[in-house]
Amino acid sequence: MIIDGSEKSLRKFLSDLPPVDQVGAEARAAMLATRSIKTSSKAWAIDMAISMVDLTTLEGADTPGKVKSLCAKAVRPDPSDLTVPSVGAICVYNDMVKIARSELDRIGGKSLPVAAVATAFPSGRASLAVKKIDTQDAVDAGANEVDMVIDRGAFLSGRSYDVFEEIRVIKEICGEKAHLKVILETGELVTYDNVRKASFLAMLAGADFIKTSTGKVAPAATAPVVLVMLEAVRDYFTLTGEKIGVKPAGGIRTTKDAIKQLVLVKETAGEQWLTPDLFRIGASALLNDLLMQRMKLRSGHYASANYVTVD
Amino acid sequence: MSDFEYANAPESKAVANISPNYGLFIGGKFVDPKKGKSFSTINPATEELLSKVGYGDKSDIDAAVRSARAAYTKVWSKMPAKERGKYLYRIARIMQERAREFAVVETLDNGKPIRESRDTDIPLAAAHFFYHAGWADKLDYAGFGSKPKPLGVVGQIIPWNFPLLMLAWKIAPALAAGNTVVLKPAETTPLTALLFAEVCQQAGLPDGVVNIVTGDGITGAALVNHPDINKVAFTGSTEVGKAIARSISATKKTATLELGGKAANLVFEDAAIDEAVEGIINGIFFNQGHVCCAGSRLIIQENVADEVLEKLKKRMSLIRVGDPMDKNTDLGAINSKEQLNKIEEISKTGDAEGANRWSPDVKLPTKGFWYPPTIFTGVTQSHRIAREEIFGPVLSVLTFRTPAEAIEKANNTMYGLSAGIWSDKGAKVLWAAKQLKAGVIWSNTFNKFDPASPFGGYKESGWGREGGRHGLAGYLTSDSKVNK
Repeated sequence: MIIDGSEKSLRKFLSDLPPVDQVGAEARAAMLATRSIKTSSKAWAIDMAISMVDLTTLEGADTPGKVKSLCAKAVRPDPSDLTVPSVGAICVYNDMVKIARSELDRIGGKSLPVAAVATAFPSGRASLAVKKIDTQDAVDAGANEVDMVIDRGAFLSGRSYDVFEEIRVIKEICGEKAHLKVILETGELVTYDNVRKASFLAMLAGADFIKTSTGKVAPAATAPVVLVMLEAVRDYFTLTGEKIGVKPAGGIRTTKDAIKQLVLVKETAGEQWLTPDLFRIGASALLNDLLMQRMKLRSGHYASANYVTVD
Repeated sequence: MSDFEYANAPESKAVANISPNYGLFIGGKFVDPKKGKSFSTINPATEELLSKVGYGDKSDIDAAVRSARAAYTKVWSKMPAKERGKYLYRIARIMQERAREFAVVETLDNGKPIRESRDTDIPLAAAHFFYHAGWADKLDYAGFGSKPKPLGVVGQIIPWNFPLLMLAWKIAPALAAGNTVVLKPAETTPLTALLFAEVCQQAGLPDGVVNIVTGDGITGAALVNHPDINKVAFTGSTEVGKAIARSISATKKTATLELGGKAANLVFEDAAIDEAVEGIINGIFFNQGHVCCAGSRLIIQENVADEVLEKLKKRMSLIRVGDPMDKNTDLGAINSKEQLNKIEEISKTGDAEGANRWSPDVKLPTKGFWYPPTIFTGVTQSHRIAREEIFGPVLSVLTFRTPAEAIEKANNTMYGLSAGIWSDKGAKVLWAAKQLKAGVIWSNTFNKFDPASPFGGYKESGWGREGGRHGLAGYLTSDSKVNK
């Protein structure tokens, strides 16, 4: 154990973390964005990115019909080409978990996980009692993954131990049944120092994944933010031997964006993180761009948008 | 587990129209050398012949200086300053338009990664012309005296590490101030200077304002010793700089000398470690370490040294060494066999004197000149690798216990060109910057250049400054001091 679970040891650990230099972190991310990924490596990256997509719908207007069509898309992203891998997971609100699970099972997506957002997503503004029920509800409904939001208000007011405790309690509810992804909402934490601290705090409290954003706040998964989080999981692995996943979400819409994310992974955390078990991309529109670029790479020309499905 | 190998992403050579032969650029035209001699320039990454360029001797230098003098007295010094500025703007724009071509030729001739020539060398070179173009008609109001005057004809000698950029550092301020120039590019990297000669023609620059004479050290000496030049501007080794200083000592010629360096890069315990590691990498492996201001002495506070070195080694393992034309290459070829031998020779003294050498496991190409990214730990002030400029991808690592000791070690060198400070504490950075005897000090960054920022050194790192208002001063004089 690198901390003993007490508030004192957590505070000491977080305050001992080295600072992040904003200019330097942004320069490194910008440099990595110049990597030129072509031909065979592009083809590999597109398929890897597809298999990492957490295909997401988190709208007030979500209906069983919408969720079911998303499930179909998740299992067979391109019905005209069965060599396209399935996506990483489906990500929905609590009340849609059951529908998503049974639909996936019905159409050949038994191995596809369903992720539910919990703990008063997206604001996180509810009592711990409500958050616990929310999480329990998701797990009971059959969610394989829980994407919880942290209490940014608590973090920003200096109550990092409250955030730590909350994650720990939610992790207990998830138990063995569900993986826990902890959403930092980096757009509200603002500084890279905060992102680094929150990343470590979440990992120490039991997160299986650390995730940038809800997708409801901009900026979301910017390259420097993901860089800082990848550095955190890399350093946490050095300290503990434990590999924690990273999930950028929000603002990744094009194949180019997705490939830049994979380059960040490769040259920061390392190639071992290039698997859907350790890296996911939360997105909806991205998937179709990946599919269109995949077609283009194979046929040499761009197809009309009508050649990819809109589910 | 994955296999995300980056496929080859080579920049196309098609944009580079390298002629098989080049003459000397004198009086606005390419002319054959008087003795008809030429020499080869090769691609250091493949050892393939790129072109044969004219070898200028004393008689060619004489012709070039006469052409520059005529252009100075008849055209350039009489031209309204605003018009001079227009030519410089035009040159800058053409350089931007032909940036890709310049980048490709620079990388082929020099061996540096295309990413660097594309993103650093060429844009900065154009920026120097833009910056100085703006100065041309404002010199009277810039604190250089009421009516500052150009010096006359300037002899300029540039090195091979940033061929076009060093040309821009030299030619742009000289022309903006109203001088005419004779420039000798480095022997191993003449091509972008010759391409620049084409740009001068394209811009309609009056004949003789810029003259470019390719050759070797003998050509350079002929230029320095020519009786009709008013100033020498040189960037290169301290050894040659000293020789130049000696040879002009009994003349009225002035000089700007940008010489060697052995910069200290100081990492304090409170630094942003990940970004400091990036800065260390950039400090010593940018341009294969062929940088006079390279951060070649890493001096780390002892209590964070292990952490920094562990991260540094991991990061070094990610450096992509190989084909400079590949857009993903980070470390290119060593510029010449001669330089490679020099790097090998000094590095061997590191082994012999008991320092610990480490390099990541990299595959070096079989053809061309290559040296792996290398660090030496356990280095002390008494090691040769801590004192002499290696001018290659070789980093010497030392440690310190207290800030005062850091400064003492940093300043304990015959050079004083640049230094880096890594700390998250503003007061400490400012304190350290005051103590360091170096012309350029970077805080939480390294190897950042800007035309507006003066560059130059203390001690054996040289005389004078280049860039900014300070650099312009070296190309101007007040009425009473005009030489001719």
